Amino acid sequence: MQPGLIPPANATFFGIPTIIFSWLIPLVGVAVFTYIIALRMAPLVRAAPDNRLDRIPQRIGNVLKIWLAQYRQPRYMVAGVVHIVIFAGFLILSIRSFSLVIIGISEDFVMPGFEGMIGHFYNYLKDYAATMVLIACGVAAYRRVVVKPERYAVPAKYGKEHTAEALIVLGLISTLMISESLFEASSVAADTHAGRPTEFLVPLSLVWLCKIALLPISVESLQRIHVASYYIHDVTFFFFLCFLPMGKHFHVITSLFNVFFMRIDRGSVKPVRHGIRDEDLDDLESFGVKKLEDFTWKHILDFYSCADCGRCSDNCPANTVGRPLSPRFISIKGRDLTFKNYPIYPYGRPFKKSEDLIGRTYEEDEIWSCTTCSACEQECPIGIEYIDKIVDLRRGMVDEGIVPQSLQKPLRALEKRGNPWGKMEKKRADWTKDLPEDIKIKDLDKDSAHDLYFVDSITSYDDRMQAIGQATATILSKAGSDFGILGKKEKDSGNEIRRFGEEMLFQIMKEMNTEAIINTGVQRIITADPHAYNVLKNEYNGLPPVEHISQFITRKIKSGDIALAGANGDGKVYTYHDPCYLGRHNDLYEDPRMAIDAIDGVKRVEMQRCRDRSFCCGGGGLMLFYEPEEEQRMGVLRVEMAAQAGANVIVTACPFCLVNIEDAVKVAGMEGKMEAIDLCELIVQHLK
Amino acid sequence: MEILVCVKWVPDTAENEIEVNRDGSDIERDDLVYSVNEWDNYAVEEAIQICDKVGGNVTVVTVGDEETEEVLRREMAMGADNGLLLHDDAFDGSDGRGIATVLKAAVQKGQYDLILTGAQADDGAAQVGGMLAAMLDYPYASLVNKIEVDGDTLKVGREIEGGNQEMNAIAMPCVLSIQTGINEPRYVGIRGIRKVASVEIPQQGVDTLGIDAAMVGAIGARVKRLDYFVPDLGEGAEMLEGSNEEIIAKLIELLKAKGGLK
Repeated sequence: MQPGLIPPANATFFGIPTIIFSWLIPLVGVAVFTYIIALRMAPLVRAAPDNRLDRIPQRIGNVLKIWLAQYRQPRYMVAGVVHIVIFAGFLILSIRSFSLVIIGISEDFVMPGFEGMIGHFYNYLKDYAATMVLIACGVAAYRRVVVKPERYAVPAKYGKEHTAEALIVLGLISTLMISESLFEASSVAADTHAGRPTEFLVPLSLVWLCKIALLPISVESLQRIHVASYYIHDVTFFFFLCFLPMGKHFHVITSLFNVFFMRIDRGSVKPVRHGIRDEDLDDLESFGVKKLEDFTWKHILDFYSCADCGRCSDNCPANTVGRPLSPRFISIKGRDLTFKNYPIYPYGRPFKKSEDLIGRTYEEDEIWSCTTCSACEQECPIGIEYIDKIVDLRRGMVDEGIVPQSLQKPLRALEKRGNPWGKMEKKRADWTKDLPEDIKIKDLDKDSAHDLYFVDSITSYDDRMQAIGQATATILSKAGSDFGILGKKEKDSGNEIRRFGEEMLFQIMKEMNTEAIINTGVQRIITADPHAYNVLKNEYNGLPPVEHISQFITRKIKSGDIALAGANGDGKVYTYHDPCYLGRHNDLYEDPRMAIDAIDGVKRVEMQRCRDRSFCCGGGGLMLFYEPEEEQRMGVLRVEMAAQAGANVIVTACPFCLVNIEDAVKVAGMEGKMEAIDLCELIVQHLK
Repeated sequence: MEILVCVKWVPDTAENEIEVNRDGSDIERDDLVYSVNEWDNYAVEEAIQICDKVGGNVTVVTVGDEETEEVLRREMAMGADNGLLLHDDAFDGSDGRGIATVLKAAVQKGQYDLILTGAQADDGAAQVGGMLAAMLDYPYASLVNKIEVDGDTLKVGREIEGGNQEMNAIAMPCVLSIQTGINEPRYVGIRGIRKVASVEIPQQGVDTLGIDAAMVGAIGARVKRLDYFVPDLGEGAEMLEGSNEEIIAKLIELLKAKGGLK
């Protein structure tokens, strides 16, 4: 019986024992990789602190769900499945790849625990995995080159297409799969020639196909293929490892950590600086992010982790309407800057001096364009954060006085009068004057009550939105709630003040509202404004429980305190628009729908973009005052989406949504065809 | 360059509902909130930008009381280096000339190359800048919307009615009244205001300024307010009717007829 092929550990190449390469390639590879990673760690070490080591079990849960189970990938079905295949293949093949490296030194090496049955089973699995990965690479390359999904395109202002890098990586992966298969197939083919018992190859796998292809080849050639494919695999493997941290494929390494450290809290923005209490904010020398290293280390890790998949920007309403913001490029530009300032070949000074980000890396309008709707964060498959970065950049701009004139006026008015229109405090409760006699609203400055209705600025002062206040009060009253309002003691809840970067003004509003609320001794806070709901619930401290009016309504319908009349064939088709601060920020999707559906015979349809993919109406709070550059209004697109769904009434549960959508109906010229109504108004219309 | 900017604390019409008090002598001031006079904000921003370019100091000055001092702090939060409060009971009731007299004394106490004022104040008569220049015998340009520093002289642009632009050379020291739109004033956040909250602001009065008390205040005023009232409403608004196109056509016609469009 002829001996089998000479393994790479014993082979020679022009008289040189190839085992030298088996040692050299991994040693050089690991050394270079370690050096690169150490360099990549430098900006993280110099960045702002970030507290990401709390709630470990929940973080592990996120890793299992979002990283290991690739939970968010199938939101884009084809790309998602392709990615899952490659990802799973990588995990399976990682064991084989490490074994292979050692096999080049010690031919009989078997990964501990992979002897016997498990080893055989693993071999079948990894053979199919390699096959699937190769097919997935083919599909991915086809998508990149032929299908060219819109979201991969790079607008001219952001530089060149990223297709080349994607194709290089797909080529590297394919090379790994093929060389690994050839290495094994050549050995099996030679064994078959010699009539020795061979390793069983699973049918239709890549290695099985390779073996068939190699059978006609001479043993000498097989020997050459065997050794060559081994070293091709070895070199490719280590080249790939060192290539990953050079671009968007860094996510292959960082995504695990990025998901582990991802933000757990919802509905709140990060503190100005982790570890600094609100009371001590005055002592900080600088606020927000002005230079690269002002970002927290997690935010720089975000830059590293961005896989450039474009899902964030594909869902970003600002990007959709042509505002100068694309969340994807917040990450890509951040990453490019980090790479530039911390170069791999540091000639002279190792690290470049950091310059101001605004005006160089990011533009003012880009940063003001965000409505903080969270569609990007909801979509990102690896938990990259955008809102905190945007807010931090805005804090930096506010600190430097860089605030558009259109926002300066409402901010000043908020400071002076507690509302962005600068209306008189004493008129804050004027909306109650038009209510019928039997709807009693207590003034909590004088009386006490069980519930507080927190009205907030827009509902208090805007002529149209006052109707929401009246409807809310009517519902509370008819459902038997013992409630009152703060009246002139109420200040703007400050959700947007904080998100527009004026942290200290937010702190003032928060303190005044908190004191006013605590002094009333109420047991519960109810609001019909999701922005107020969000900030009171997630960013104020020490308050009684906060409820959105939709939760109150469903609760009271269940208890029988609210009875609704039927729709009576009103011929209307309703669709519910999820406000960002109820849905994505607070997971409140069901209550408003249940409230609408409680109207007997109501016809309700869903828009294609609903629930956590809801499309922002244009933004609330201070965003109403900002004058963005845009090609069209978000609200107009939203109204068109509703029409597409076959609806003629858009039900919202947020005064800002109502402002934007009512305006949009007019702009879109759809008056008479489409109407917008607040949930509370709809319920009052049907109160028995 | 040493720049003095004269600023005023005014009730902002956007944040107040201005009502005349019962005896018609003044507006109801109980529920008012005050702001920096809008034009003055542009003047201070311009002064800061000039000093950023050519070096120097910006001093902001106001005539008022301890409460009015807030206007100086706001402008110092914006970036002005020094504040100066001109406060004396004798100043109460001054007319424009009286205020200009007080400011003139303050200017002469310092060494200023350039004095800026807002073109006018929300509650004023646009007279102090010109009077101050005349009293100082300094060159004066009003409604300035552009300033270029050229050694000891300035090139100043003025917007002329009808949208034309005029450029002038003016020698320093001089007085300029600043029009809005000359720049984009920076935002002054709560943090900035707090940083200067405890800065000591020097005060000067009749004695330290060396002013004859009879020339200022109510005694020195040569213009006296007789009445203050809300004028009767004129003819009601005209509602245009018809389709959108018709309304637009009528509106254009009206605007042309009244000289709003050319």
